[in-house]
Amino acid sequence: MNTHFKSYYPYASPFDPCQPVTEKTYSTPPHLYMSFQPPNLPQFSPLEALKAGTLWKDFYDPWYNSFEKAKRGGEI
Amino acid sequence: MWVYEKKLQYPVRVSTCNPTLAKYLIEQYGGADGELAAALRYLNQRYTIPDKVIGLLTDIGTEEFAHLEMIATMVYKLTKDATPEQMKAAGLGAHYADHDNALYYHNAAGIPFTATYITAKGDPIADLYEDIAAEEKARATYQWLINLSDDPDINDSLRFLREREIIHSLRFREAVGILKDEKGKKKIF
Amino acid sequence: MTQVPAEYYQIMEQLQAVDFVLIELTLYLDTHPDDMEAIQQFNQFTKERKRIKKTFESQFGPLLQYGNSYSGYPWNWRDSPWPWQV
Repeated sequence: MNTHFKSYYPYASPFDPCQPVTEKTYSTPPHLYMSFQPPNLPQFSPLEALKAGTLWKDFYDPWYNSFEKAKRGGEI
Repeated sequence: MWVYEKKLQYPVRVSTCNPTLAKYLIEQYGGADGELAAALRYLNQRYTIPDKVIGLLTDIGTEEFAHLEMIATMVYKLTKDATPEQMKAAGLGAHYADHDNALYYHNAAGIPFTATYITAKGDPIADLYEDIAAEEKARATYQWLINLSDDPDINDSLRFLREREIIHSLRFREAVGILKDEKGKKKIF
Repeated sequence: MTQVPAEYYQIMEQLQAVDFVLIELTLYLDTHPDDMEAIQQFNQFTKERKRIKKTFESQFGPLLQYGNSYSGYPWNWRDSPWPWQV
């Protein structure tokens, strides 16, 4: 299973005016790891699929902002 | 020929009257990586792409118009009945001076839509890689819009649209796979 | 101005869900034209969408025009609400 986020640690100068962000993350969604979708991947139900934005579970990778993440108790 | 259907692709809900959020969302209406640019890009490229992927470009291009309608719905609802004072407070005073509460094809900074957002190189691989890049850029834009938004209902719709960019990117990658397949190799006589 | 009943949203969402499966399968089949199972699923959902379309239109008027839906009397295609208004 591939992770959907990667991170790096940019150089921070003592003279940087803004509070430095020590760890930067970026999105690496699941489709990057599948060059051609194989047949018979597990599916969502129609209503779940509509809510997810995809029919196939393997490609589901929702994005939440920090407020939403805090509300969801830190998951994802 | 296109046939309009009196339905949104996804049920769009908006929590509060919030013209400021509309100002940001307009990026996906008339911006460089927005839904209009996407629809026009794919539906224009399809005339000069190998027949095997014309169907895909047609179908994704058509879906982009459904996404354009979703963005329009969000902007419409976020600004519907907003007073000139509310528009001004949201940084939309300049917009109001020219357009009242009408939608317009420009980006979040007010720059009008231009055909230069769209490329058509005529080389199938170059064009499909352009499309993959466009989908990833639109995915990123949705991320930044979700980060800016505190409207849970809007975020729900934006998450749907972001996921669609992932699927479209996947399909364009598969299209490259189909075109580079050796079964299609040039016949030498 | 009368507003649409709760049922409008319910049936509409059913249609949106089934149509979403059809959109996903359409794009999938554009790059996987030989997947027999996916085509069977597609045809099954096509049938289901016809059923829901009929139910919706009998209560709330035509979803499509140019002859892709039947018309009531008087002509009801131009009736509100439009999708962005509900």
